[in-house]
Parts: sequence; structure tokens; C-alpha cells
Amino acid sequence: MTVLLLLIPAALAIGGMGLAAFFWALRNGQFEDPDGNAARILIEDEE
Amino acid sequence: MTALRKPETAIERTVFAVPSMHCAGCMSKIERGLAAMPGVSAARVNLSARMVTVDHDASLDAHDLEHALAGLGYEAQERRDELGPRFSAARALLAPLAVAGFATMNVMLLSVSVWSGAGGSTRELFHWISAGIGIPAIAFAGQPFFKSAWKALRHGGTNMDVPISIGVVVTTALSFYETLRGGEHAWFDGALMLLTFLLIGRVLDAMMRDRARSGVDALLSQAARGAMVVGADGKLAWIEATQLMPGMTMRVAAGERLAADGEIVSGKSSFDQSLLTGESAPVALHTGDPVLAGTLNLDAPVDVRVSHAGHDTTLAEIARLMEASTQNRSRYVRIADRAARLYAPAVHTLAALTVIGWLIAGSSLYQALVTGVAVLIITCPCALGLAVPVAQVVASGSLMRAGIMVKDGSALERLASVDRALLDKTGTLTMGKPLPDREVLLALAPDEAAIAFALASHSGHPLSRALVSAMSGWGIEPAPLTDVSERAGEGVFARWHNLEVSLCRPQGGGKAIATALAIEGRPVRLIPFSDRLRPDTQAALAQLQRLGIECSILSGDRAEAVAEIAWESGLTAKAGAKPADKQALVGRLRATGRKVLVVGDGLNDGPALAAADASIAPGSASDVGLQASDLVFVQDSLLAIPRAARAARRTMAVVRQNFALAIGYNVLAIPLAIAGLVTPMVAAIAMSASSLIVVGNSLRLARAAR
Repeated sequence: MTVLLLLIPAALAIGGMGLAAFFWALRNGQFEDPDGNAARILIEDEE
Repeated sequence: MTALRKPETAIERTVFAVPSMHCAGCMSKIERGLAAMPGVSAARVNLSARMVTVDHDASLDAHDLEHALAGLGYEAQERRDELGPRFSAARALLAPLAVAGFATMNVMLLSVSVWSGAGGSTRELFHWISAGIGIPAIAFAGQPFFKSAWKALRHGGTNMDVPISIGVVVTTALSFYETLRGGEHAWFDGALMLLTFLLIGRVLDAMMRDRARSGVDALLSQAARGAMVVGADGKLAWIEATQLMPGMTMRVAAGERLAADGEIVSGKSSFDQSLLTGESAPVALHTGDPVLAGTLNLDAPVDVRVSHAGHDTTLAEIARLMEASTQNRSRYVRIADRAARLYAPAVHTLAALTVIGWLIAGSSLYQALVTGVAVLIITCPCALGLAVPVAQVVASGSLMRAGIMVKDGSALERLASVDRALLDKTGTLTMGKPLPDREVLLALAPDEAAIAFALASHSGHPLSRALVSAMSGWGIEPAPLTDVSERAGEGVFARWHNLEVSLCRPQGGGKAIATALAIEGRPVRLIPFSDRLRPDTQAALAQLQRLGIECSILSGDRAEAVAEIAWESGLTAKAGAKPADKQALVGRLRATGRKVLVVGDGLNDGPALAAADASIAPGSASDVGLQASDLVFVQDSLLAIPRAARAARRTMAVVRQNFALAIGYNVLAIPLAIAGLVTPMVAAIAMSASSLIVVGNSLRLARAAR
């Protein structure tokens, strides 16, 4: 059972990191232009 | 992926709406084209919103940039109000959804171990962890529902969010109590799963709406409204529409819209009043004639003395009429909320009766309460809450792919019940702009066509522009011209291989709209223009007939002009209707119990569009038309109307099936709950199964717009 004391915090921490990453993306305008970002990968760099 | 950073030297930032860009090619063309301009430090396209943000120094103004964009092949308009972040309904829901999703998954893992037999102190530990994750998550992610439910309750009403909120709060409280006393069942997973499913539905719904709104936003012309005013010293100065005062004299160039009502003091020109009156033929006016705000000056510059400005114009009068009728529509109660009115009292009574029943049967108060709460949880309208939004999202997505944008959440519900349609003439049944006669153009000799194309491309006159857009797809090389000059009110003149050529106002000037192509030494070619019916009008009207929707024309144009279109389309018509008349007719029809659909584009249709049960506008409509209507179709064909009506009816059929499925599941589950046989595991399985069934059924609408 002691393994639970390790595994549960570990699982929650990993999940929490995902959640934090999502909030970061939300605050940094990653969802401003979904269509544009999808199309942008098709633009070739000029140099 | 870099957001547009504000450079240190950036003096100005200008935002343009560019409705016609649609792909990666357009994006790179615009961004590179603008960035290559001297004075531009950065340009960034937002394809979802169809906007370009340009950072530039003070040597450039919006007009130069618009010109540059036009040179790249994109029509652009400056937006004044869009410098801040745009409002989005979906973004506010993303954070609650993320939290609910995260908490559901973690709590579900713990719950699964409890269901599979974890006991004693392990179970207690797991319940405590679940409570630690679940209670804050529910408090945060449930807010959209709690707020909406509280709002409804405070106004003495009820909506779908009321039973949802009660269910969630009661479940959480009971689970916490169970955790405190080390009980067997905690329901945090159920409450969280419910919130997650419902939030997914809401986010999808809001995203669809955002998308449609940004599509419509891009169509709206946000050009600064105002006028060049002639000062006392004869100098010209640009004055915003709100600053115009009666008595000022404004100079209105050809191709400009009037910013205020007034009287012509010098010059003569023809005016397109279709936006205000629905009349398609230009009206010739000269010194002394009154002109109205919102009309388009077609031919020559005129000076106009302002008589009414701002809130006194005919334009503002129409806006007031519209405001009054919009309140009408806000009284419409959505089907989900109508269902909640019946559903919530029934469920809550049932739960109360269960508690009383168990008490009478002699069980402890605790046991009775737990069973009552189980009834609340099992009937919590998870599938019911998804029944409407998911069906509408799938149908709106399908309609959007077909070029029809659904602006309002309840639009499809209202459109589905329509049995009477009033169609505007100019711009709705017809294209709303003069188009050159195709036969005549095809009969031109190749060099004549090349000259006409080249001449027309040098002019901004509406007829020239129509000619260019009609001929641009034909692969004509424009003829090389020299000494091109445009004379206002007359036409475009130039030399071609030392011959005088011109595209000008025909001699004599009858009633019909036409332009004359004159080439020295050759007979003059007359190119007639006319406003024609939209493609597929007959087919669209026949389909509407089959749907049981009775159609007629309601136009502000003269009787003769309407009669011609009525004869062509085979509809009955009412001509010469003022904006208030149109609104009144809609009101009369509604009073007799008809569900009225209004299809219109102009400012004069605005009040009727707002008063109708449902309204549709073509993408070419005026700003007022676009804003007042529920649906906007962007392609030329009128088939969009029956298509939207059919999709709306199919959507409502699926919504009703969803209700039946969700209630059917309740009918099976409630006896189990009343008997006290429902455990958290049974609730979790029942909830996800019924949600999946409802979502699956709604997905059948993916081809609703076919």
C-alpha cells in the first residue's frame, strides 16, 4: 500500500502539469487563430 | 507561432477585415506583400477572424494599406473597433472544461479501484483524495451552470441549468458527508462527469457561434462613416458622421455613401437608394432635391447641405424601429428550457416522494435521504442537457460547410416551425446589382472586349466594376491604353493605337441602365445592364412550396419593377412598402398564428428581419441586414433558403428523438433508483451510455445541409 503514497501524488502531478500547460496556452493566445495556425504549416520559409 | 509583438518603433497598429482570404497561399501573399512595403514593420493574418493586423509608421495611413491590399488582390476594410481582444463565448468555457476533464479522469481512476473492491482505510483515503480534487473542481467548473441557474431563479423562472445545478450541488454535499463518516459510496466522479459532458456540449455550441459571428463580422463594413465638409474658406476637411451638424455642406464623391440627410446645393448625379427603399433603378437628382443618408452617389460629385444628422436621419429612424422589434424576439423560450419547465418539477417531486416513501416504509432518515439523492443523480439531465446543443452544433457545422452561417442559438428552432416566407426583391430575389448583358458581351469582337475590359478596369464606377468582374474570368488580356482619363458623370476616355476609345454614358439616356463602348471609326456598342434574379430562384421557390412554406414578395420598390419580378418568379407581391409597413405586415401575420420567415438584405428590411420569427440575409446585405438576421448565406444561389429550412426541420426531429432517448433511459433507471439499487458505478455507466447514444444520434445530422 505504501506504493500508493508515491504513485498517487505522481499521477496527480503529471496530470496537473498537463492542466498547467493548457492554462499557459490559453493565456498566450494559442487559441486565437486555429484556422490560421493549421494553414501556416503549409507556408514555406523564403530564405 | 509568435504572437505579434509590439515593436519599439511601431507608431500605429491598424486592423483590416479581409473577407476573401481563405488559405495558406492568401496568408503568405498578404503577410509578405505588406511586410515588403516600406514603412510596414509587421503584418500578421488571423485566418479564423479573416483579419490582418499591420504595424506601420506614421508615413502610411489606412488608405495606403487598403490600396496595397487591393493591389495584392484582396478587398480590405479598416476596422476601428477591433483593436482589443475580441469577445469569444467559447474561451470563457475552456478553462472550466479543462479543470472538469482533469478532475473527472483522476477521480474516476480512484473510483474504479473502489468499485473493484478496495476497502477499509484505502477506500477512505481514496474518498478523501477524490473530495480534495472534486470539491474545488466542481466549485470552479460548475460556475457557468450555477450562475445561469441563479439568474433564472432570481427572475422567478427556471431553465435547464436549475436541475443540473441542484443535482450537482446535492450530489457533492452527500458525497462529502459520506466521506466524513467513512461511508461506502461517494459520487464525486458522477458529478464531475456530468459537468464535463455538459461543458463539452456548451463549448462546441459556443465555438460554432463564434465562428459564424466572426464570419459575419468580416462581411460588415466598418469603414469610418463621415463626410468631406466644405469649410467657410472653401477648404475640405473630413468630419465624422457623429460630428456633422445641420447647415454644413458636404462634398460627396462618386461611389460614396451619404453620411447625413440633406439637400443638393450644386451638381447633379444619380443615386442608388436601394438600401433605404428597395428601389433598384438609380434615381437622378439635381440641385434642390432632398437626398437621404445611406444612399450611394453613383455618377458625379455633388455638394449637399446637411438638413438632418445623427439621430434625426431616416437611417436612425429605421434603427429605432428595429430595436423595438428585437425585444419581441428575446421573449422566445428555447426548447431545452421549455423541457426543463416540465422536467425539473417532475424530477424534484419524485425525489421528495421517494424520501417520504422510504420514511413511511420505516427506514432511517439517512437511508431515505441517500435514496432520494440517488434519484436526483440518476435523473440529472446529462443526456437531456446534451440533446439540443450537440444536434445544433452538428447541423450548424454542416450548414456552414454549405455556406450558410447560423448566428443565433435558437435560430434553427425558430426556423424549423416557419410556414410563411416574405422575400425582399432587390438584393434578395435579385442579385441587387446591375449585371452586364452576357449575350451582348459575348457578341463583342475580341479586340473590342479587350478595350472594354481595359477601360472598365480604370474606373471605380459601379457599372465598370460589374463589367470587370463579369469579364475577369474569361481570360481576356486588357488592351494597352494610353492617356486614360475618367470624367465624372461621363465615363472613361483613352487612346488605343492612336484611336479615341471610351466607355461612357450613352447618348440620349433612356430609363434603362447601359453603358456605351465607343471606338473611333467603328459603330458604338451599347452594353445594357440589368438586375437579374439569383440563380436557381425557381427551383428554390418550388422547394419552399413543397416544404409547405407559402412565399410572397414584399418590396419597397415601385409597382412596375416588382410586377416584373413577380411575373418571372410566379409569386404574389406587395410593392411600395416602407420599413414600418414591412414590420407591420410581419406583425399582422404573426398575430394570425403564422410563423414568419423574412428574407431581406437592405436597411429597409431591418425592422422586418428583426420582427420575424426567423430571418435570413444574403452575404451581400447591408450591415443592418447582416446584424438583424439569424442566418446569413454567402453564395449567390437562393437554394440556400430551402436548404436551411430543411436542415432546421431535420435538426428539430433529431432533438425530439434525443429527448425521447434521454427520457426513455430515465424511465428505465428511475425505478432502480427509487428501489435504492443504484450505486455510483451504475450511475456512471448509465450517464455515459445515455450521453453517447444522444451524441451518436446527433452525428447523423452531419449531412443535414445536403
